Amino acid sequence: MLQIVILVGLVLLVAILMAIFRISRLLNVAKGTDKEVVDKGSNSFNAILFIVFGVVTFGLFFWYSIVYYDEYTPPVASEHGVLTDGLFWTTMWVTGIVFIITHILLFWFSYKYQYKKESSALFFPHNNKLEVIWTVVPAIVLTILVFTGLKTWNDITDKAPEEAEVVEIMGYQFAWKTRYPGNDKQLGNYDFRLIDAENQFGMDLTDKASFDDFTPREIHIPKGQPVLFKIRARDVLHSVYAPHFRLKMDAVPGMQTNFWFVPTKSTAEMREETGNPEFNYEIACTEICGKGHFSMRMLVVVDEPEDYKKWLAEQESWLSKNETYLAKVPANLKEEAKKASGLNNTVEQPVSEVETTGASM
Amino acid sequence: MATANIQTPDLAHDVHHDHDHEHHDNFITKYIFSTDHKMIAKQFLITGIFWALLGGILSVIFRLQLGFPDMQLEWLRPFLGKWITEQGKIDPEFYLALVTMHGTIMVFFVLTAGLSGTFSNFLIPLQIGARDMASGFMNMLSYWFFFLSSIIMLSSLFIETGPAAGGWVVYPPLSALPQAISGSQLGMTMWLVAMVFFIVSTLLGGVNYISTVINMRTQGMSFSKLPLTIWAFFLTAIIGLLSFPVLIAAALLLVFDRSFGTSFYLSEIYIGGEALPNMGGSPILYQHLFWFLGHPEVYIVLLPALGITSEIIATNSRKPIFGYRAMIGSMLGITILSFIVWAHHMFVTGMNPFLGSIFMLLTLIIAVPSAVKVFNYLTTLWKGNLVFTPAMLFSIGLVSFFISGGLTGIFLGNAAIDIQLHDTYFVVAHFHLVMGSASFFGLMAGVYHWFPKMFGRMMDAKLGYIHFWLTFVGVYMVFFPMHYIGIAGFPRRYYSFTNFDAFNSFTDLNAFVSIAAIFTLGAQFIFLFNFFYSMFKGRVAPANPWRSTTLEWTTPINPGHGNWPGAIPTVYRWPYDYSKPGAAEDFIPQHIPYSQTKESNLPHENELIKLENEGDVVIVNENKH
Repeated sequence: MLQIVILVGLVLLVAILMAIFRISRLLNVAKGTDKEVVDKGSNSFNAILFIVFGVVTFGLFFWYSIVYYDEYTPPVASEHGVLTDGLFWTTMWVTGIVFIITHILLFWFSYKYQYKKESSALFFPHNNKLEVIWTVVPAIVLTILVFTGLKTWNDITDKAPEEAEVVEIMGYQFAWKTRYPGNDKQLGNYDFRLIDAENQFGMDLTDKASFDDFTPREIHIPKGQPVLFKIRARDVLHSVYAPHFRLKMDAVPGMQTNFWFVPTKSTAEMREETGNPEFNYEIACTEICGKGHFSMRMLVVVDEPEDYKKWLAEQESWLSKNETYLAKVPANLKEEAKKASGLNNTVEQPVSEVETTGASM
Repeated sequence: MATANIQTPDLAHDVHHDHDHEHHDNFITKYIFSTDHKMIAKQFLITGIFWALLGGILSVIFRLQLGFPDMQLEWLRPFLGKWITEQGKIDPEFYLALVTMHGTIMVFFVLTAGLSGTFSNFLIPLQIGARDMASGFMNMLSYWFFFLSSIIMLSSLFIETGPAAGGWVVYPPLSALPQAISGSQLGMTMWLVAMVFFIVSTLLGGVNYISTVINMRTQGMSFSKLPLTIWAFFLTAIIGLLSFPVLIAAALLLVFDRSFGTSFYLSEIYIGGEALPNMGGSPILYQHLFWFLGHPEVYIVLLPALGITSEIIATNSRKPIFGYRAMIGSMLGITILSFIVWAHHMFVTGMNPFLGSIFMLLTLIIAVPSAVKVFNYLTTLWKGNLVFTPAMLFSIGLVSFFISGGLTGIFLGNAAIDIQLHDTYFVVAHFHLVMGSASFFGLMAGVYHWFPKMFGRMMDAKLGYIHFWLTFVGVYMVFFPMHYIGIAGFPRRYYSFTNFDAFNSFTDLNAFVSIAAIFTLGAQFIFLFNFFYSMFKGRVAPANPWRSTTLEWTTPINPGHGNWPGAIPTVYRWPYDYSKPGAAEDFIPQHIPYSQTKESNLPHENELIKLENEGDVVIVNENKH
């Protein structure tokens, strides 16, 4: 039905335009305007249209920007996100003012200085003072924007604090997987050649740091504490994008990337703030990766620190869930593996203070 | 205006030769394997228009998916066959192929070949006063390599596994691994082959443009008297010559990775249930190589449009372009800076953040020459006597897009802000305005302005007005709302947004954008009609319809091969003597000597009269070379 309507509409449009075209041609010949240097009527009509266009579009621009403000500004839930949002809106004010002024000038000049037979244009080929002004002023404004931006960028990309909670995120076609270091606070080594249907991370079980690593279905992170995402990909490029944390970092096969941040609102608080009891933090993919690019969703839950601790304690290690892989553990480490993974006892492993070097290749 | 005195008998044999040459033209040498720069320009233009239409149609197809995700698209099956799923939807992989081909076609085939190929070819010899390009044969090759490339790229749309689908940037490993996406099979190979031929075409063209501008300017046409169009084409060719070879390198390494088992871009990959043997490569390397072309490419696309509109705005404001030297200076600045900002496309790719800060600094510096250009455009309009030809309207439209799209670049060039905006619709809005639409408007302005010179007839102005207003409004309706969608965080290249709570809104705005896109594409048919109708039935053009100062308007209405039947005019003045106080008319063409315009000369110009006769001596010597 819609197709037919569109088709009929198009045919009508063409017919109307053809009619206008023929009539205007005939009129031109009849009035002799086609012989004139400048067609006065069309010229002033176009000039007026610029004003009309300017007024109408500015009206729409202000109306939509103000009325729908809440719709297009997602709430922010990370410390650095508040800063980058601040930069965004500062830049918006600066560029917004330039946008409005230059467009007013553009449309106003178009109207005001439309062709008049009796007047002539001003011969004004150059003016060094003006040129200098509008080279220097934008340069200064941009310098200010650059330096505030630089500072924020450097802080965000600075080394993660030592005590940051480490979460590994791995992208593959077409989902995310996550791995936690477990009690030893250290992610075990991995090798892509060890990947199989169970061992999706390619965990290297000759490394004792792997024994207590666990791989939950969704990401939990504590509110108010630094969290370090260690990001990698298994097949093609992906990109971890958590819109509410203002966080984005590509997942690259063969190269680990990092992004650390401090979440500031728990999922529960966010549900209250947005008035949406179903609200969840999400991770999406923003680097084209194939057929299922648009469906790589992973949930992130921000817990209060004590809830987070509780959640951590409930997690069972990957090895304990995949007991058969114990065979891959070297004989001399088997006992330790059993202990660390919690396979046959429930004794808490004391936290070892090994320096975090992260997963190496 | 008196033009009689430019004839010099020394060149008579030249004239005869050209005349002779034309006599032997048959259909094939005149319309197909032509070495006449004007015909080659028209070939580029017509091919570019074909590609623009195709690229536009592709975009409307994927906009249908985005705007109306529930729409039954069964009716597209006759065209798209199995790419329409059994549910009557576009296949998600084909959606990515559409996005990829739309980008590739628009950036390379329309806005590089269609814009630069058309107008560099057409205007360089005509505006500098040359009979043709330095090498007509190379110029012809340039078009036919483009044609070959076009054929291959077009064929890739029809193969079973579909065309390339990794985005127009074709990042590996997605583009390197045939098992990752079906578009990375034969389609990707064809993409790479087509691009190699395309680059050959661009380089052949570029060498020609540069050598023609440097060596073949007519007597008196110093660099400081070149129209800004020529400056723009010249600098564009230089950028292309320096950056396109890097894309060849990137593409070649990708070919090796795809077909010969090398690991330039591949490392530690487990896909389709097996671990690949590749180790030690880096996908980031490809991104560096790609964007080393990719960013200058933005200016390859944009500079010609800026040059064309500078010329058109000056002519139709009946005013000299304000700050001629500043305009050249800012174009030079943009040219140089365009080579050292590429990594701002890569802030969140895992590149060292320190590099990010460097590229952020350099990127925001490039905003300064761009700002200067905008202010100079505005000052040119100020106190002008504006004639709104369709070309002038499109040029004003370009200035508007250049401002709107340029300002959003300040957000994206700031690495801290880019974290959130990278790969969202904000980016889509940004580059479609500043590079897509602005360049497209430059192309349109150029066609309307130089149509009389190309075909000896006028396009219908009223249809041009309608075309402009519908397109201007349409483009803003398509791309302005995308800013909001982008600020809301919607990622680009998404087949649908329903999987995420965070992106599960704006269905109304997306539908609006899609309708606007269809509307805008529809408006282009007015242009197509006007273009082809006027080619045969348009009003016969006067010699200088826009009362312009540049040399192309001193040629006959339908110039033959060789452009000027007599001697090439000598140039005495800069190209922007509009509304000069004291002058009888509101324009003085470049070939009018100061000795004939004593009433309007500035003091230092009177000094130059003495040199005019000496100049004639030089011209004779040069021609005996």
